[in-house]
Amino acid sequence: MAEDRLAFELVSPERVILATEAEMVVVPGIEGDFGVLPLHAPVVSLLRPGVVRVYEGSDVKTRLFVAGGFAEVNERGLTVLAEHAEAVDRIDPAEARQRLKNAEEDLADAKEPSEDERRRLERAIEIARARLEAVENPT
Amino acid sequence: MPSLKDLRNRINAVKQTRKITSAMKLVAASKLRRAQEHAVAARPYGERLAAMLANLARAVKDTPEGPKLLVGTGREDVHLLVVATADRGLCGSFNSSIVRGARRRIRELQEQGRTVKLVCIGRKGRDMLRREYGDLIVEYVDGIAGKRRIEYADAAAVAERLVRRFEAGEFDVCSIVFNRFKSVLVQQTTERQLIPVPAAEGTEESGDGRAIYEFEPDERTILEDLLPRNLAVQIYSALLENAAGEQGARMTAMDNATRNAGEMIDKLTLYYNRTRQAMITKELMEIISGAEAL
Repeated sequence: MAEDRLAFELVSPERVILATEAEMVVVPGIEGDFGVLPLHAPVVSLLRPGVVRVYEGSDVKTRLFVAGGFAEVNERGLTVLAEHAEAVDRIDPAEARQRLKNAEEDLADAKEPSEDERRRLERAIEIARARLEAVENPT
Repeated sequence: MPSLKDLRNRINAVKQTRKITSAMKLVAASKLRRAQEHAVAARPYGERLAAMLANLARAVKDTPEGPKLLVGTGREDVHLLVVATADRGLCGSFNSSIVRGARRRIRELQEQGRTVKLVCIGRKGRDMLRREYGDLIVEYVDGIAGKRRIEYADAAAVAERLVRRFEAGEFDVCSIVFNRFKSVLVQQTTERQLIPVPAAEGTEESGDGRAIYEFEPDERTILEDLLPRNLAVQIYSALLENAAGEQGARMTAMDNATRNAGEMIDKLTLYYNRTRQAMITKELMEIISGAEAL
């Protein structure tokens, strides 16, 4: 790896989705987005649902939506582990809107959900909302 | 002595069987390749997660109270055994060897005075264990093992239910029994401990895991999120290995069956021809001796 390039990997349980090099990658950390440049200090962070942006120069080359997961930075580069990831430009806005609506209805329809159930449904809404946000207002 | 017609029927029947077994072999071979590809593709995630877990585990090792999923309940009284088999048979000793391994383990644990509970994934395992240990089975997971492509979400659902049982205090230790895919010919029945997480082998740590990480938000929160995922990944990888092993075992079994059928056809054909000749000879003799008697 060249000193000014950051090795970046996006891995889902099923396969390695993306393995590339970039100048900078911005990941949606649980305590706010953070940019990872080459030679970043080692860090492990939880991710919230949001968009991973791969930068080439000052342009965003790739946008990927992740529904939470982990990011690990070490001397070899950045690894993002995400259970669900998809390219933002492949998301259909109408479908994303529908999914958010469905998720909200699921919560509204649930009769006396247990605490686990409620947390699960709320999480689904959160993910759907972030997903819609990702398509509608790309940053 | 069977009549010629009977022999002909039998030969045809065996030929039909051979067609079926050789078709099954081909199907298993192509499914095997796909299953192997899945298993290989899924490996990086598991490895990364395990490395991250090892780092975190080291970081919280000094704190007195680690999360229970990591350190266990401190008891070993109730052991939950997850038995993962295939949904379908006709794959040699694949299922029975898993079940045999599970039985041995159950007996061992019971002799040590532990309570054993079972979760069965895959129909075959449940069917075979139900007779003997039916009352130990607390859950049967249907419809995963037979899938064309096992999805992570399936494993995650199983893991989630396990975690819920664990948190409800239903068991102290959990392990999964499955067949490790060594090669097409060899599957090895293996038991892998899931809860508490077994300590990472010391050899891996010393290499690249040296870096001092910053944790965001903090070790515990990350661990609480990571441990259930790790469980899911462990189950997922076991299921994938099982799927590949099942197809491998089926391929070998069907290959043998096809060869046996071929041998049988040869033998039957030989017998058929001998009988036919004997009949002809007999008829000739009858005609000749009849003619001579005149």
